[in-house]
Amino acid sequence: MIVIFILIPLSIILATGFLLGFIWAVRSGQYEDTCTPAMRVLANEADIKSPTGENGATKSEPTEVDK
Amino acid sequence: MTNLATSALEVDSIREARTAAPQCFHCGDLCRGPTFTDHEKSFCCQGCLAVFQLLTENGLTDFYSLSENAGVRVKAQAGREQFAYLDDPVVQRRLVDFADARTTRVTFRLPSIHCIACVWLLENLFHLQPGIGQSRVNFPRQEVSIAYDPARTKLSEVVALLGSLGYEPELKLSDLDNVAPTRQARRLWVQLGIAGFAFGNIMLLSISSYLGLDHFSGGLFNRISGWISLLLALPVLFYSAADYWRSAWVSLKQRMLTIEVPIAAGLLALFLQSTYDVLTGAGVGYFDSLTGLLFFLLCGRLFQQKTFDRLAFDRDYKSLFPLSIIRKEGGRQEHVALSQLGVGDTLVLRHGELIPADATLMSGQAVIDYSFVTGESAPVEKAAGEYLYAGGRQTGGVIEIKTVKPVSQSYLASLWNQDAFRKETGRSLNNLTDLYSRRFTKIVIAVAVGSALFWAGRDVSRSLKSFTSVLIVACPCALALAAPFALGTAERILARRNIFLKDTSVIETLARVTDIVFDKTGTLTVAGANEVVFHGQPLTEAEQHWLYSMTHHSTHPHAVRITKAIGRGHIPQPVRSYLETAGCGIEGSVAGYKITIGSPAWLQSRKIVIPPMAAGDGSVVVAAINGQYRGAFWLANALRPETAGLLTELSSRYELALLSGDHDRERPQFAPFIGSLHFNQSPLDKLGFIRDRQKSQRVIMMVGDGLNDAGALKQSDVGVAVVENINAFSPASDVVMDAAVLPRLPEILLFAKTSVRIVRWSFVISSFYNLIGISIAASGRLSPLVCAILMPLSSITVVAFACGLTNWMGRKVQP
Repeated sequence: MIVIFILIPLSIILATGFLLGFIWAVRSGQYEDTCTPAMRVLANEADIKSPTGENGATKSEPTEVDK
Repeated sequence: MTNLATSALEVDSIREARTAAPQCFHCGDLCRGPTFTDHEKSFCCQGCLAVFQLLTENGLTDFYSLSENAGVRVKAQAGREQFAYLDDPVVQRRLVDFADARTTRVTFRLPSIHCIACVWLLENLFHLQPGIGQSRVNFPRQEVSIAYDPARTKLSEVVALLGSLGYEPELKLSDLDNVAPTRQARRLWVQLGIAGFAFGNIMLLSISSYLGLDHFSGGLFNRISGWISLLLALPVLFYSAADYWRSAWVSLKQRMLTIEVPIAAGLLALFLQSTYDVLTGAGVGYFDSLTGLLFFLLCGRLFQQKTFDRLAFDRDYKSLFPLSIIRKEGGRQEHVALSQLGVGDTLVLRHGELIPADATLMSGQAVIDYSFVTGESAPVEKAAGEYLYAGGRQTGGVIEIKTVKPVSQSYLASLWNQDAFRKETGRSLNNLTDLYSRRFTKIVIAVAVGSALFWAGRDVSRSLKSFTSVLIVACPCALALAAPFALGTAERILARRNIFLKDTSVIETLARVTDIVFDKTGTLTVAGANEVVFHGQPLTEAEQHWLYSMTHHSTHPHAVRITKAIGRGHIPQPVRSYLETAGCGIEGSVAGYKITIGSPAWLQSRKIVIPPMAAGDGSVVVAAINGQYRGAFWLANALRPETAGLLTELSSRYELALLSGDHDRERPQFAPFIGSLHFNQSPLDKLGFIRDRQKSQRVIMMVGDGLNDAGALKQSDVGVAVVENINAFSPASDVVMDAAVLPRLPEILLFAKTSVRIVRWSFVISSFYNLIGISIAASGRLSPLVCAILMPLSSITVVAFACGLTNWMGRKVQP
């Protein structure tokens, strides 16, 4: 039974990790809009082809200027 | 061709034009007049064609496959120079969320976002203009947040691009203080997360004591788990419960016994008792109950906090302040930011625009509406040279003014008498929960003190224990959950039927309603199927265009219907010297023609000869061009088929009244159903009528169209705005309701009553648990185990009962 004294702190540390993950998710705004992501996923498959004939994939990532 | 089916116009010439007209590939409107074609597709206007070409060039044609005719009609091609003021650093600082050398991030509200294709297009904006980075749409809030590189593009260019796609942003002063609600919601989520985390872990640690295995695990384990529980409970107590401490303190200071007072007392007793147990090694305490309680309470709070972001219940009147204004300089008109205005500038104000600073009138017919400042609803006419105070709104045609004082936005904001249009937002202290908790708290304190006194003579430690135990067990968690869950569920059910409530307390008021007051125009008689018939020589295309340009300025229901009937496919032409006389009509000139539209009596008073017409049901709106009678629109006011049934049903249970601004020709139609009929009522008469009734302790529900009777809606106990388009701005109302569900009003009222009854029953259930708990506690024998079972059990039963029964009862009002 002595092992429980190691397991309890370990499990709490692990759970704290999940809690921090949750707080991060809330802080980054993931709980603010639960509607749009569901719509986004339906449209994202669409491949955008530029008329110049190049592969759209190179162009279809927005430049990451966020943060 | 749904457009054909719903179109209400009966003019033959128009109908012919319509059957022949193809549908615009971009926006789905019928093409009238010149049609533009490209790639074998037809477009109704240059704007739609331009968007299509822009999307095709950039490989974004998927837009059209995501949803049919997804486009938004481009109202007026906005030039970039119109938004030039946005590049002013002062304006930018107010609009932009975040800026550094490489990135600027800005959030706009785009009211025209309406479908999945909009989301897709707006999130692919970076294809259309170099320099734009990631853009994210928040669909429920109808917002888009765009990042761009300030070195490669400008804010004005971004806004102009949005405008050219048909998504012109709302650029208003109120954009400044949008941040607060999201921060509050995030805080609640984190509070809930921490409480849930602590609750789960403490329960795990307590399993051995739940199962009575204390002997096996030994004293060391108990002591350690007690200490860990204490540590886990601390953030819950200080962070998650913070709002309860605060509100309990506030209500104590105001000598009010709200529900938070017994909750805070219970939490405090729980914590002190448990800490004492752990410190003295007497046991593991009640931390599982403490954290569990808070977890459930916060769940209830989150459940109740459902808001309808796109509705504007509480939208501030500040949102009417524009960011820019037209300045005239050397014969040239330019849009400038409010902050750049100086003294002595000449400004051009159009219909509906605000006077941004004290000024003198230079030219034009000024009819200034100061109702937001003074509450006085009659507009004031001003002659050239007169002094105009800031905050008034021009309601006629175009005027020119010269500023005499600098613009001060904070002064403007403070000037507006917001009370005039806003119901007191603070929570009412007479809601069900607080009424009940007041009695409840007194009883609990009496029992706690009583049992403490009872034991005091015999056993001091037991006396203390029984005192805290009673407070712990009586913590009215289940009581506090009943209303949020029952009424929150009801609110959701109603929202699914396109009935949106400002908050859950509206349901409680709905259940108490004794009188229902209807506004006729726009509620009982206007329906999508109503016909607008034009009598006279059929209008030519150009004439329709002029009339449309006039009527689309007015918000009167008659004008809205005429606009709808002749409007599709037209782009409004500029109107000069527009003037609306409330309740009479509108006049102005379009393309050099003087147009007068209004009631026959009003036109006659302006010396326009109107040929005699056969009397009939409904309202007549007469149009004249250049002082010559042109024809009459007949707005058939036949009651909706369901109205008679609706009124009969309601009249058996409620006092009904009808207030109408119209003539009393329709009195016989309503007389069988409604006892109290009042015609020719001004907005002030309506307000006075409601105030009189309220004096005799009646609870009044006012059903109106939202804008033309805002005063009466505000005065009534429940103001219901019945609207054709639920995104419409309806100030002062508590309920926004789709016109199509109005016939279900009796069921909805009944449902409100049922929901309140469910809350009452939940109170009974929670009191039953409390009775058991208190009888154990008063004997001083409350163990953590009993507490750990009793408290979650009572909460869960109440939540299940409240949600389940409300849902079950709500099936009747489901679509």
